[in-house]
Amino acid sequence: MMQELSLNILDIAQNSIKAEADLIKIEIHKNPIEHTMRIVIEDNGRGMTKEQVERVENPFFTTRTTRKVGLGVPFFKMSAEMTGGNFHIDSEIDVGTTVVATYRLDHIDLMPLGDMASTMVTLISVNPDIDFIYTYGIGENQFSLDTREVRVILEGMPVNSPPVLSFIKEFIEENTKQVNEI
Amino acid sequence: MRFERWCCKMKSLAELKAIRDKMQNAVNVRESGADNIRVVVGMATCGIAAGARPVLNGFTDEVAKRGLSNVTVTQTGCIGLCQYEPIVEVFTPDGTKTTYVKMTAEKVAKVVSDHLVNGNVVNEYTIGSLGN
Repeated sequence: MMQELSLNILDIAQNSIKAEADLIKIEIHKNPIEHTMRIVIEDNGRGMTKEQVERVENPFFTTRTTRKVGLGVPFFKMSAEMTGGNFHIDSEIDVGTTVVATYRLDHIDLMPLGDMASTMVTLISVNPDIDFIYTYGIGENQFSLDTREVRVILEGMPVNSPPVLSFIKEFIEENTKQVNEI
Repeated sequence: MRFERWCCKMKSLAELKAIRDKMQNAVNVRESGADNIRVVVGMATCGIAAGARPVLNGFTDEVAKRGLSNVTVTQTGCIGLCQYEPIVEVFTPDGTKTTYVKMTAEKVAKVVSDHLVNGNVVNEYTIGSLGN
Protein backbone atom coordinates (compact mmCIF):
# COMPACT_ATOMS: atom_id res chain seq x y z
CA MET A 1 0.00 0.00 0.00
CA MET A 2 1.07 3.56 -0.64
CA GLN A 3 0.77 6.15 2.13
CA GLU A 4 -0.62 8.88 -0.06
CA LEU A 5 -2.30 9.12 -3.46
CA SER A 6 0.55 11.22 -4.88
CA LEU A 7 2.73 8.09 -4.57
CA ASN A 8 0.15 6.00 -6.47
CA ILE A 9 0.18 8.67 -9.17
CA LEU A 10 3.99 8.59 -9.32
CA ASP A 11 3.81 4.81 -9.64
CA ILE A 12 1.16 4.79 -12.38
CA ALA A 13 3.13 7.42 -14.33
CA GLN A 14 6.08 4.99 -14.34
CA ASN A 15 3.94 2.70 -16.51
CA SER A 16 3.50 5.57 -18.99
CA ILE A 17 7.27 6.13 -19.01
CA LYS A 18 7.87 2.43 -19.64
CA ALA A 19 5.32 2.59 -22.47
CA GLU A 20 7.57 5.23 -24.10
CA ALA A 21 5.10 8.10 -23.81
CA ASP A 22 6.52 11.54 -24.53
CA LEU A 23 3.49 13.39 -23.15
CA ILE A 24 1.90 12.51 -19.82
CA LYS A 25 -1.10 14.39 -18.47
CA ILE A 26 -1.96 14.19 -14.80
CA GLU A 27 -5.19 15.78 -13.71
CA ILE A 28 -6.75 16.02 -10.28
CA HIS A 29 -10.15 17.56 -9.98
CA LYS A 30 -12.34 17.85 -6.91
CA ASN A 31 -16.06 18.45 -7.15
CA PRO A 32 -17.14 19.95 -3.81
CA ILE A 33 -20.84 19.78 -4.68
CA GLU A 34 -20.85 16.09 -5.46
CA HIS A 35 -18.09 15.34 -2.91
CA THR A 36 -16.04 13.51 -5.51
CA MET A 37 -12.50 13.64 -6.80
CA ARG A 38 -11.26 12.45 -10.15
CA ILE A 39 -7.65 11.55 -10.89
CA VAL A 40 -6.73 11.05 -14.54
CA ILE A 41 -3.36 9.88 -15.86
CA GLU A 42 -3.25 9.99 -19.63
CA ASP A 43 -0.32 9.13 -21.88
CA ASN A 44 0.52 8.79 -25.55
CA GLY A 45 2.58 5.64 -25.05
CA ARG A 46 2.34 2.39 -26.96
CA GLY A 47 -0.94 1.35 -25.35
CA MET A 48 -2.32 -2.07 -24.50
CA THR A 49 -4.57 -4.62 -26.11
CA LYS A 50 -8.04 -5.26 -24.71
CA GLU A 51 -6.75 -8.46 -23.19
CA GLN A 52 -3.83 -6.68 -21.49
CA VAL A 53 -6.16 -4.03 -20.07
CA GLU A 54 -8.30 -6.74 -18.51
CA ARG A 55 -5.30 -8.49 -17.06
CA VAL A 56 -3.52 -5.39 -15.77
CA GLU A 57 -5.97 -4.99 -12.87
CA ASN A 58 -4.93 -8.41 -11.68
CA PRO A 59 -1.96 -8.36 -9.27
CA PHE A 60 -0.53 -11.46 -10.92
CA PHE A 61 -0.02 -9.65 -14.21
CA THR A 62 3.12 -7.66 -14.85
CA THR A 63 5.42 -6.82 -17.76
CA ARG A 64 8.38 -6.95 -15.42
CA THR A 65 10.70 -9.90 -15.52
CA THR A 66 12.30 -9.56 -12.08
CA ARG A 67 9.25 -10.79 -10.23
CA LYS A 68 5.81 -12.13 -11.04
CA VAL A 69 3.57 -9.67 -9.19
CA GLY A 70 2.46 -6.23 -10.43
CA LEU A 71 0.83 -4.22 -7.69
CA GLY A 72 0.84 -0.69 -9.11
CA VAL A 73 -2.55 -0.73 -10.84
CA PRO A 74 -4.29 -2.93 -8.21
CA PHE A 75 -3.11 -0.54 -5.43
CA PHE A 76 -4.43 2.49 -7.29
CA LYS A 77 -7.71 0.75 -8.10
CA MET A 78 -8.13 -0.25 -4.46
CA SER A 79 -7.46 3.31 -3.26
CA ALA A 80 -10.48 4.47 -5.26
CA GLU A 81 -12.83 1.55 -4.72
CA MET A 82 -12.41 1.53 -0.95
CA THR A 83 -13.94 5.02 -0.85
CA GLY A 84 -16.95 3.90 -2.87
CA GLY A 85 -15.42 5.33 -6.03
CA ASN A 86 -14.48 3.55 -9.20
CA PHE A 87 -11.63 2.85 -11.54
CA HIS A 88 -11.27 2.55 -15.27
CA ILE A 89 -8.55 2.04 -17.87
CA ASP A 90 -8.91 2.93 -21.54
CA SER A 91 -6.16 1.98 -23.89
CA GLU A 92 -5.46 1.70 -27.57
CA ILE A 93 -2.38 0.28 -29.23
CA ASP A 94 -0.07 3.02 -30.58
CA VAL A 95 -2.41 5.74 -29.25
CA GLY A 96 -1.99 5.62 -25.51
CA THR A 97 -3.54 4.77 -22.17
CA THR A 98 -5.86 6.69 -19.86
CA VAL A 99 -6.30 5.66 -16.25
CA VAL A 100 -9.22 7.23 -14.36
CA ALA A 101 -9.87 6.84 -10.65
CA THR A 102 -12.77 8.51 -8.85
CA TYR A 103 -13.10 8.92 -5.10
CA ARG A 104 -15.76 9.84 -2.59
CA LEU A 105 -14.31 12.85 -0.74
CA ASP A 106 -16.48 12.27 2.34
CA HIS A 107 -15.41 8.65 2.84
CA ILE A 108 -13.34 7.81 5.89
CA ASP A 109 -11.04 5.52 3.88
CA LEU A 110 -9.96 8.28 1.49
CA MET A 111 -6.17 8.52 1.61
CA PRO A 112 -4.60 11.98 1.64
CA LEU A 113 -3.56 13.31 -1.74
CA GLY A 114 -0.13 14.10 -0.31
CA ASP A 115 2.79 15.92 -1.85
CA MET A 116 1.98 16.28 -5.56
CA ALA A 117 4.71 18.91 -6.00
CA SER A 118 7.30 16.28 -5.03
CA THR A 119 5.76 13.72 -7.36
CA MET A 120 5.91 16.14 -10.31
CA VAL A 121 9.47 17.26 -9.50
CA THR A 122 10.56 13.62 -9.26
CA LEU A 123 9.00 12.80 -12.64
CA ILE A 124 10.44 15.86 -14.39
CA SER A 125 13.91 15.59 -12.82
CA VAL A 126 14.66 12.11 -14.15
CA ASN A 127 12.62 12.30 -17.39
CA PRO A 128 13.78 15.54 -19.02
CA ASP A 129 12.75 14.33 -22.48
CA ILE A 130 9.12 13.71 -21.53
CA ASP A 131 6.55 16.50 -21.33
CA PHE A 132 4.16 16.63 -18.40
CA ILE A 133 0.94 18.56 -17.95
CA TYR A 134 -0.23 18.74 -14.38
CA THR A 135 -3.66 20.20 -13.62
CA TYR A 136 -5.21 20.65 -10.20
CA GLY A 137 -8.64 22.08 -9.66
CA ILE A 138 -11.57 22.42 -7.30
CA GLY A 139 -14.90 23.21 -8.92
CA GLU A 140 -14.41 26.08 -11.36
CA ASN A 141 -10.91 27.01 -10.21
CA GLN A 142 -7.81 25.32 -11.49
CA PHE A 143 -4.22 25.78 -12.51
CA SER A 144 -1.90 23.88 -14.82
CA LEU A 145 1.79 23.36 -15.19
CA ASP A 146 2.76 22.43 -18.74
CA THR A 147 6.45 21.62 -19.28
CA ARG A 148 6.02 22.47 -22.98
CA GLU A 149 5.34 26.09 -21.93
CA VAL A 150 8.28 25.93 -19.53
CA ARG A 151 10.54 24.77 -22.37
CA VAL A 152 9.52 27.66 -24.59
CA ILE A 153 10.54 30.15 -21.91
CA LEU A 154 13.79 28.31 -21.14
CA GLU A 155 15.01 28.56 -24.76
CA GLY A 156 16.97 25.31 -24.66
CA MET A 157 18.14 25.35 -21.04
CA PRO A 158 17.33 21.98 -19.47
CA VAL A 159 13.94 21.66 -17.82
CA ASN A 160 15.49 19.56 -15.03
CA SER A 161 18.19 22.02 -14.00
CA PRO A 162 18.08 22.68 -10.24
CA PRO A 163 16.72 26.26 -10.26
CA VAL A 164 13.95 25.25 -12.68
CA LEU A 165 12.98 22.26 -10.52
CA SER A 166 12.83 24.51 -7.44
CA PHE A 167 10.63 26.93 -9.35
CA ILE A 168 8.29 24.13 -10.48
CA LYS A 169 7.99 22.85 -6.90
CA GLU A 170 7.10 26.32 -5.58
CA PHE A 171 4.79 26.97 -8.52
CA ILE A 172 2.76 23.84 -7.77
CA GLU A 173 2.78 24.36 -3.99
CA GLU A 174 1.70 28.01 -4.13
CA ASN A 175 -0.95 27.55 -6.80
CA THR A 176 -2.36 24.49 -5.02
CA LYS A 177 -2.65 26.59 -1.88
CA GLN A 178 -4.41 29.33 -3.82
CA VAL A 179 -6.92 26.90 -5.31
CA ASN A 180 -7.53 25.31 -1.89
CA GLU A 181 -8.15 28.67 -0.25
CA ILE A 182 -10.59 30.07 -2.76
CA MET B 1 -6.30 29.72 -16.55
CA ARG B 2 -9.49 30.89 -14.88
CA PHE B 3 -7.82 33.09 -12.34
CA GLU B 4 -8.42 36.55 -13.68
CA ARG B 5 -9.72 37.78 -10.35
CA TRP B 6 -6.79 36.42 -8.39
CA CYS B 7 -4.19 36.74 -11.10
CA CYS B 8 -1.98 39.13 -9.21
CA LYS B 9 -1.47 36.70 -6.35
CA MET B 10 -0.79 33.68 -8.52
CA LYS B 11 2.75 32.52 -9.09
CA SER B 12 3.27 32.70 -12.83
CA LEU B 13 5.67 31.24 -15.36
CA ALA B 14 7.01 34.75 -16.04
CA GLU B 15 9.49 34.28 -13.18
CA LEU B 16 11.15 31.58 -15.26
CA LYS B 17 12.57 34.20 -17.61
CA ALA B 18 14.74 35.60 -14.82
CA ILE B 19 15.86 32.08 -13.90
CA ARG B 20 16.76 31.38 -17.53
CA ASP B 21 18.79 34.58 -17.85
CA LYS B 22 20.68 33.77 -14.67
CA MET B 23 21.45 30.23 -15.92
CA GLN B 24 22.63 31.49 -19.28
CA ASN B 25 25.17 33.72 -17.54
CA ALA B 26 26.45 31.06 -15.18
CA VAL B 27 27.50 28.48 -17.74
CA ASN B 28 27.49 25.18 -15.94
CA VAL B 29 27.52 22.50 -18.59
CA ARG B 30 26.96 18.97 -17.39
CA GLU B 31 30.14 17.06 -18.06
CA SER B 32 29.68 13.67 -19.63
CA GLY B 33 33.37 12.91 -19.43
CA ALA B 34 35.31 10.03 -17.96
CA ASP B 35 34.69 11.11 -14.35
CA ASN B 36 30.93 10.75 -14.60
CA ILE B 37 29.17 9.12 -11.64
CA ARG B 38 25.68 7.67 -12.05
CA VAL B 39 23.25 7.42 -9.15
CA VAL B 40 20.34 5.14 -10.01
CA VAL B 41 17.26 4.99 -7.76
CA GLY B 42 14.78 2.10 -8.01
CA MET B 43 11.38 3.60 -8.76
CA ALA B 44 9.08 0.62 -9.26
CA THR B 45 6.01 0.08 -7.04
CA CYS B 46 8.16 -1.58 -4.37
CA GLY B 47 10.65 1.30 -4.29
CA ILE B 48 8.01 4.03 -4.26
CA ALA B 49 6.02 2.32 -1.50
CA ALA B 50 9.19 1.98 0.59
CA GLY B 51 10.10 5.67 0.28
CA ALA B 52 12.13 6.13 -2.93
CA ARG B 53 10.64 9.54 -3.78
CA PRO B 54 12.30 11.51 -0.94
CA VAL B 55 15.52 9.57 -1.57
CA LEU B 56 15.60 10.50 -5.26
CA ASN B 57 14.72 14.14 -4.54
CA GLY B 58 17.32 14.14 -1.75
CA PHE B 59 20.07 13.13 -4.20
CA THR B 60 18.90 15.68 -6.78
CA ASP B 61 18.90 18.46 -4.14
CA GLU B 62 22.22 17.51 -2.54
CA VAL B 63 24.00 17.14 -5.88
CA ALA B 64 22.64 20.53 -6.97
CA LYS B 65 23.58 22.20 -3.68
CA ARG B 66 27.17 21.01 -4.02
CA GLY B 67 27.30 21.77 -7.75
CA LEU B 68 28.49 18.25 -8.63
CA SER B 69 28.32 18.55 -12.40
CA ASN B 70 29.85 15.07 -12.88
CA VAL B 71 26.95 13.30 -11.11
CA THR B 72 23.78 12.17 -12.92
CA VAL B 73 20.77 11.11 -10.86
CA THR B 74 18.44 8.78 -12.70
CA GLN B 75 15.82 6.08 -12.10
CA THR B 76 15.28 2.43 -12.88
CA GLY B 77 12.55 -0.16 -12.37
CA CYS B 78 12.44 -3.10 -10.01
CA ILE B 79 15.82 -4.69 -9.37
CA GLY B 80 14.23 -7.78 -7.81
CA LEU B 81 15.27 -7.14 -4.20
CA CYS B 82 12.01 -5.53 -3.12
CA GLN B 83 12.51 -6.21 0.59
CA TYR B 84 15.62 -4.01 0.59
CA GLU B 85 14.02 -0.97 -1.09
CA PRO B 86 14.60 1.91 -1.41
CA ILE B 87 17.67 0.73 -3.33
CA VAL B 88 20.24 3.07 -4.84
CA GLU B 89 23.01 1.93 -7.15
CA VAL B 90 26.09 4.10 -7.60
CA PHE B 91 28.19 3.53 -10.72
CA THR B 92 31.63 5.14 -10.51
CA PRO B 93 34.06 5.73 -13.43
CA ASP B 94 36.33 2.84 -12.36
CA GLY B 95 33.49 0.48 -13.32
CA THR B 96 32.36 -0.45 -9.82
CA LYS B 97 28.76 -0.66 -8.76
CA THR B 98 27.81 -0.05 -5.14
CA THR B 99 24.33 -1.09 -3.99
CA TYR B 100 22.87 0.87 -1.08
CA VAL B 101 19.79 -0.64 0.55
CA LYS B 102 16.97 0.61 2.79
CA MET B 103 17.93 4.16 1.92
CA THR B 104 16.35 7.18 3.55
CA ALA B 105 16.53 10.91 2.87
CA GLU B 106 18.71 11.19 6.01
CA LYS B 107 21.30 8.74 4.64
CA VAL B 108 21.59 10.61 1.34
CA ALA B 109 23.82 13.44 2.60
CA LYS B 110 26.43 10.97 3.89
CA VAL B 111 26.49 8.98 0.64
CA VAL B 112 26.93 12.22 -1.32
CA SER B 113 29.73 13.63 0.86
CA ASP B 114 31.61 10.38 1.57
CA HIS B 115 31.11 8.46 -1.65
CA LEU B 116 30.29 10.86 -4.48
CA VAL B 117 32.63 13.63 -3.35
CA ASN B 118 35.42 11.80 -1.52
CA GLY B 119 35.27 8.36 -3.10
CA ASN B 120 34.74 6.41 0.12
CA VAL B 121 31.91 3.87 0.00
CA VAL B 122 29.59 4.10 3.03
CA ASN B 123 29.89 0.41 3.90
CA GLU B 124 27.29 0.40 6.66
CA TYR B 125 24.52 1.26 4.14
CA THR B 126 25.49 -1.25 1.45
CA ILE B 127 23.83 -4.55 0.69
CA GLY B 128 27.05 -6.27 1.76
CA SER B 129 26.63 -4.99 5.32
CA LEU B 130 23.35 -6.88 5.77
CA GLY B 131 24.96 -10.14 6.81
CA ASN B 132 27.11 -8.45 9.47
